[in-house]
Amino acid sequence: MTAMVKAEGVHKSFGPVEVLKGIDLEVKQGEVFCLIGPSGSGKSTFLRCINHLEKINAGRLYVDGELVGYRQKGDKLYELKDSEVALKRRDIGMVFQRFNLFPHMTALENVIEAPIQVKGVAKGQARERARELLDRVGLADKAGNYPSQLSGGQQQRVAIARALAMDPKLMLFDEPTSALDPELVGDVLDVMRDLAESGMTMVVVTHEMGFAREVGDSLVFMDGGVVVESGDPREVLTNPQHERTQAFLSKVL
Amino acid sequence: MTDIDKKDGPADTPPAGPEAIKAIPVRHYGRYVSAVVALALLAAVVYAFSQGKINWGAIPDYFFDDRILDGVGRTLLLTILSMAIGIVGGVLLAVMRLSKNPVTSSIAWFYIWFFRGTPVLVQLIVWFNLGLVFEYINLGPFYKNEWSDFMTPFLTALLGLGLNEAAYMAEICRAGLLAVDEGQTEASHALGMSHVKTLRRIVIPQAMRVIVPPTGNEVINMLKTTSLVSVVQYPELFRAAQDIGQTSGAPAEMLFLAAAWYLLLTSVFSIGQYYLERYYARGSSRSLPATPFQKIKANLLSLSNRSASTGGTA
Repeated sequence: MTAMVKAEGVHKSFGPVEVLKGIDLEVKQGEVFCLIGPSGSGKSTFLRCINHLEKINAGRLYVDGELVGYRQKGDKLYELKDSEVALKRRDIGMVFQRFNLFPHMTALENVIEAPIQVKGVAKGQARERARELLDRVGLADKAGNYPSQLSGGQQQRVAIARALAMDPKLMLFDEPTSALDPELVGDVLDVMRDLAESGMTMVVVTHEMGFAREVGDSLVFMDGGVVVESGDPREVLTNPQHERTQAFLSKVL
Repeated sequence: MTDIDKKDGPADTPPAGPEAIKAIPVRHYGRYVSAVVALALLAAVVYAFSQGKINWGAIPDYFFDDRILDGVGRTLLLTILSMAIGIVGGVLLAVMRLSKNPVTSSIAWFYIWFFRGTPVLVQLIVWFNLGLVFEYINLGPFYKNEWSDFMTPFLTALLGLGLNEAAYMAEICRAGLLAVDEGQTEASHALGMSHVKTLRRIVIPQAMRVIVPPTGNEVINMLKTTSLVSVVQYPELFRAAQDIGQTSGAPAEMLFLAAAWYLLLTSVFSIGQYYLERYYARGSSRSLPATPFQKIKANLLSLSNRSASTGGTA
């Protein structure tokens, strides 16, 4: 089975600041892959590289066996056109820390927007599917509400439904519960757990160690732009080998 | 200063607590004095105008004169067409200005610099006199004419106002586009939407909320600025009023007449702007601002409630 995401020595700099200093990792198909680490460790940046929201400076990054953002011909790399990048992004769902729902559209309109505009799905069909998805995230009765009329947790669940509407083969979660009030976190995690059980490949940047331990199949601890420690979440979280992991976990657990 | 004299207290008063406060409200004597002074000044101004040598009767006589109505029609036509040029040009310039292509963004910058930096009156007269530079206009097989025949007063006015407006609209549109959170573009791109679709479906509808209010301002400004084109011999409202003033012997009266028409038209535009803003505000706030009709209804309701419930203190 091919790896869904494969990183080989991925480097990324913002100007003079090197954020990723050579990341090597592999996300298997159907796996829930958790990225943890202190803020500024580069985990969110790495996630954004996977769907080419950020360009990497060195190394190779593959999604489902295909190079991200480039095409290789012989020993030369060609940058992909915007339309080609967009074509690949269709298959990668992304959920943001700050939800980023479209505020001028209702929950339902948010969910049907991309299928209609990008895939050309018929409106009636898209609506039907959107209602199913909103029902799946427990928001069937909020279809007509604007994002400003929803709580943070509800907005994030709409955002998950919006990403699922494109039938992605990979879902990226960028600290999906960090902007939520504590009592709303559970609802979002429940939806993600349900999604994991359905076999979706998920890369999750998170501070929810409970979620990582329960649902995660693999876990990577990043610090200072490198992978410090990786392995089975239950193993790493209960018995960290590296002292930086130990220091981090002692603070958050 | 205080709300204590209000009968229906704010929500944060402790429920079922001790008896409600009954205090003597602070007397604001300064307010009474300033109100009397302001009213007196207003009365003096009105009195002065009513006693002046102005034949007020001439205004209703000419208010619906054919020449005036034609002028109003031309003013409206010019306002709408030059705003249309301004908005289309402005959007184009704003997108050019924000593009990553250094050539187009510099050209847009230069255009805005030039047209914002010179008075519109000067621009109008320059357009009118461009015959000194271009003797003929020659569009190949389609059109060929002498510049002075081609550049009618209407076209001069339209180009002069429209191209100037485009520079201002460009800055308004740019501000609107920049005001939309970058996360919106990212979310849209992450869903696989193209640049053009992102702009059209996600960014522009949100930018409109920022763009509409200053654009309404520009429309009203444009309506008034059209009075400048009287200098290039275009017979709009102001020019028509002046012409009538000279032949009828009531020049000052006709100025008041023109002013009344401008006020009327700007008022109508303001109402249109209000409803446009309401449309683009959808989803941005939990409840939309009330329309004037809803406000009047609510006021009437609260008025009748107040007189019923607080008859004693009123």
